[in-house]
Amino acid sequence: MGRVYVAGVGLTKVAEHWERSLENLMAEAAVAAVRDAGVSGVDAIYVGNMVGEVLQEQAHLGAIISEAIGMNGVPAFRVEASEASGAAALYSASMEIAAGRADAVLVVGGEKLSDGLAEEVESALMMGGRNDQVAAAGASFLSLNALLYRLYIRHHDSSEEEVAMFPVLSHEHAAGVPHAQYPFKITLDKVMASPYVAKPLRRFETAGIGDGAAALLLVGERLAGKLDSPKTELHIAASTDYLSPFDREDPLFFSALARAANEALRYAGIERGEVGIIELHDATSIMAALSLESSGFSGKGQAGKMAHAGEFNLNGTYPVNTFGGLKARGHPIGATAIYQVAELHLQLTNRAGKNQVDGRKAGMAQSLGGVAATAVVTVLKQA
Amino acid sequence: MVRVDDVAIHGYGGYIPVYRIRAVEIAKVWGTDERELPVEEKTVAGPDEDAATMSVEAARYALRRAGINPKQIGAIHVGSESKPYAVKPTGTIVAEAIGAGPKVSASDLEFACKAGTEALQFVAGLVSSGRIEYGLAIGADTAQGRPGDALEYTAASGAAAFVVGRMDERAVAAMEAWTSYVTDTPDFWRRAHERYPSHTARFTGQPAYFRHIIGAVKQLLDEDGYSLDDVDYVVFHQPNVKFPLAAAKALKIPLEKLKTGLVSGFLGNTYAACSLLGLVRVLDHAKPGERILLASYGSGAGSDAYIFRVLDGIEEKRDKAPRLDALIGRKRYVSYATYARFRGKINMG
Repeated sequence: MGRVYVAGVGLTKVAEHWERSLENLMAEAAVAAVRDAGVSGVDAIYVGNMVGEVLQEQAHLGAIISEAIGMNGVPAFRVEASEASGAAALYSASMEIAAGRADAVLVVGGEKLSDGLAEEVESALMMGGRNDQVAAAGASFLSLNALLYRLYIRHHDSSEEEVAMFPVLSHEHAAGVPHAQYPFKITLDKVMASPYVAKPLRRFETAGIGDGAAALLLVGERLAGKLDSPKTELHIAASTDYLSPFDREDPLFFSALARAANEALRYAGIERGEVGIIELHDATSIMAALSLESSGFSGKGQAGKMAHAGEFNLNGTYPVNTFGGLKARGHPIGATAIYQVAELHLQLTNRAGKNQVDGRKAGMAQSLGGVAATAVVTVLKQA
Repeated sequence: MVRVDDVAIHGYGGYIPVYRIRAVEIAKVWGTDERELPVEEKTVAGPDEDAATMSVEAARYALRRAGINPKQIGAIHVGSESKPYAVKPTGTIVAEAIGAGPKVSASDLEFACKAGTEALQFVAGLVSSGRIEYGLAIGADTAQGRPGDALEYTAASGAAAFVVGRMDERAVAAMEAWTSYVTDTPDFWRRAHERYPSHTARFTGQPAYFRHIIGAVKQLLDEDGYSLDDVDYVVFHQPNVKFPLAAAKALKIPLEKLKTGLVSGFLGNTYAACSLLGLVRVLDHAKPGERILLASYGSGAGSDAYIFRVLDGIEEKRDKAPRLDALIGRKRYVSYATYARFRGKINMG
């Protein structure tokens, strides 16, 4: 298997882009990544997108993006794995390079949620769960998260104030970040005072609705040596689990994430302690806590306590969501994983601006689909 | 460019029904968090009220203040999105009821929540061109929100009427300038034969309400050489309490100037009557010489912005009809069940 490198990134601001199309956003990110890498063409394009077929009534995004950026002729496909769609596209793209079939592959993640009403978006996103059984019964991801949240508080020595620290942390890191949707700080009091969306989950404990696109330019060893752009080494692993957390032996343990994290670390040849930055899938506060605990960066029931103790701050043991995570940078579904990996790349190539975390040699992005029924874990190492 | 030299309001009248429903009463039914309620309470039209009857009430108050013979009215335009008839004008009902006509032009206008300020433009234009001596402009609605929809908390009932004529010493307020700012923005609509409107949630904010209100205000100030310092009162369309405050903040208008004309917190959004009822309340309080900036907003979308200068006639005419505060204070709360019956929300099978 050949090595895979990230050689370029492109990001749009996460926002409600009322005046722009999904294609337009993805093209902007794609062109920026190609420019950042300094390549003149690519061998293949992989597109990550979840609900374009519902909200834009548009499939076939591979060919659409190759046309939009003037790269007709290259193979181009869209990959889907719920909210981990971007990570699934990245996984497929990196396999093509590792297999030696391509020297340069473009990965573009994009989602435009503002084309739908809130209830249409919620319903479309629920396609990541079992639509016939769970969604048809009236459950949404927010209510499923609320159930896990209740279970968590009941089974562990933890509290809502502890778990609700994660959005505070993400907003702290997003403050002043140009591509973040909500680039400002919020207090724990404000989070606790926000209305319930599904008790005990509060509005400020959930990621908002946003549009955005992000792109990565991956290269293999042959091309890596010829490019001047800063590079990081990419290792990626994926796993799946029962769709419903309540079909699992322990609903509070994301086994797919645990497996993918262990494997990605093994591929990268590093220990957990060498992971200097973690980009979490904090679609909700409780997802952040459960992710850290399932992937072995925190003891069970301890994640919120560690957050309060500053362990996940930019200068902590494991800085998390260094540009704001899903909560504050934003969560444009199919693009989210690409933002996560692009941000790790910016950190490890010393281009993270005021949020630069120094002295870290590796970082991990955790990308989840559904309630962690798909987990894709990417480890980036300094090249 | 669109400065108007010779047109003034001679009489004005606001009308709201006696019934109110508290937002918490609606929230109890739908399980909405009380912290998310956009207003305190809203007006509810009684079972025998509609846009036509409320228009007549408001028109009578306006006529009392104007002190003119209804036969002197040459045009009646009613702006509404809840006309009692799909085909049959409301303006004719009003004309007949107040004793105007038959030598009168009458028509209904529709532009969501800005149809009332549009009616004002129409009659002002007719007065200004010398076609009529006086005109009556009305905004009236019994707005409907789908049960359980966010709009149900605010969709309210009310009417405001203005008698417009040439400037003289008895006039209430000079209409100094106006402008319109309109684009094709589908933020809220109701198709033919549909009972309740559809709206695009957050899209109704920045690209719709704020873009047009702020656009119209800036356009008016730029075109006519006014500055916000020239203005003593500001009235914006008020679909809730938050939006007009945010628009004022964006335009750097001190909130103090908004306070008198901000009535949505206790009336709800009376649609075509909404910003005009704010104007009515300001006229109830303003002193001669003071200036009022009004910007309506209608989905679909557009904003009409006006500058009025209060005239000496206000002092004598103000109390010839009930002030809006008297109507605001006269209220009877209804339960959700009664509200559902009054507003025809109970399906009788």
